[in-house]
Amino acid sequence: MLTPLWLTLKIALLATLLAGVVGIALGWWMSQRRFAGKNFIDALLMLPMVLPPTVLGYYLIVVIGRNGVLGQYLDRWFGINLMFTWQGAVIAASLVSLPLIYKAARAAFEDVDGRFLHAARTLGAGEFEIFVRVTLPLAVRGITAGLMLAFARAMGEFGATLMIAGNLPGKTQTLSIAIYDAVQAGNDAQALWLTLVISAVCVVVLVVSGRMLQAKH
Amino acid sequence: MTAILDLRVQTRLESPGRSFVLDVCFSSATQRTALVGASGSGKSTVLMAIAGLLPHVHGHVRVANKVLLDTQHSIDLPARERGVGLVFQDYALFPHMTVEQNLAFGICRLGKQPSEAERDRIDALVRQFDLETLRGAWPRHLSGGQRQRVALARALAPQPHVLLLDEPLSALDAQLRVRLRHELAEMLERVQVPALLVTHDLSDVEALAQSVIHLDKGRVVDSALMESSV
Repeated sequence: MLTPLWLTLKIALLATLLAGVVGIALGWWMSQRRFAGKNFIDALLMLPMVLPPTVLGYYLIVVIGRNGVLGQYLDRWFGINLMFTWQGAVIAASLVSLPLIYKAARAAFEDVDGRFLHAARTLGAGEFEIFVRVTLPLAVRGITAGLMLAFARAMGEFGATLMIAGNLPGKTQTLSIAIYDAVQAGNDAQALWLTLVISAVCVVVLVVSGRMLQAKH
Repeated sequence: MTAILDLRVQTRLESPGRSFVLDVCFSSATQRTALVGASGSGKSTVLMAIAGLLPHVHGHVRVANKVLLDTQHSIDLPARERGVGLVFQDYALFPHMTVEQNLAFGICRLGKQPSEAERDRIDALVRQFDLETLRGAWPRHLSGGQRQRVALARALAPQPHVLLLDEPLSALDAQLRVRLRHELAEMLERVQVPALLVTHDLSDVEALAQSVIHLDKGRVVDSALMESSV
């Protein structure tokens, strides 16, 4: 019974890490640049939040499936096949949680008062130093809250994961898929137990992220 | 007298529904100069232009024989190389850094251990501005007067050629303002760094400046030496 929990935690953690790196970089870039089509790019980045997970799963099959746009080269050149693997589940969970991190990071970077950046420039700091010593520390609470939400979202991911990684007990069966499996098999006690576990973890994550959003310097 | 500050700056600022043209030319030979004018006359914009914080500025800026900007000769030093100390209207102390870390920001660079000389410089600033008991304090716990001292010390930490003060007393209530005006005058006298002060309060001018430049709608309309410095 613990295997789906550990697998879910592993997948959610790695997915949050992956989406974190990409989402924070994109959030910073979008907060700094003005260009034609910025709203369109923003809409594209937010798309995983509104599209049905099955649609995302289908897109992923088209891209990283064995005969997919990228998948065929991954298979041919590196012998990597992401279908029906926990690594594929990480990609799926990253995609669905990316908008949460991107949006939080962008808002956090945009909220950093420009006077602090001006002050840092007059005090001799270059742009990288300003990012590391001023921008990032001032944005860190908002970014962390986004990471927590993304982690909670990755914990509960179902549709895209099922399409990419399938339902292989001990290999790709996450908590939410195990709940679905238990209900289908009429194992109500196990379904209830797993539901309580995932609910408890998500509540803790949401409470902590809520407190982080409220906290101010 | 040789000019300590000599500039001509031209720029156009666009914001929704408003276009503002700044075309300011003046030089000042006094140690402390006040820039006065009504709200929106361009006072703070001049400071930003001198500090190198505005894009698309044309003209020249020379401070104590150092050329910061000369668009004719394609010289436009970035803000970090201008050697200009800036004190913001509400001080803009880094809220995630203690008083000591705020002071060290302009002295110790990222990834480098502070040298003995750098540590001595921080200690000297702490003593000079009477901040011994506040070294580990966070900006949010400081009073208005303490913030002003920290902001001034931080701006002076990298040993700038000129100090720019953008309405340094406007964020304070009337009573505190009178007291801190005198404190600021004493501190400016002590540090001996040329200062350009933006204000719209004539009491600030009388207490702090030796000459005054009057701006209106982005242009200099008048300049004068204060009686005390004639």
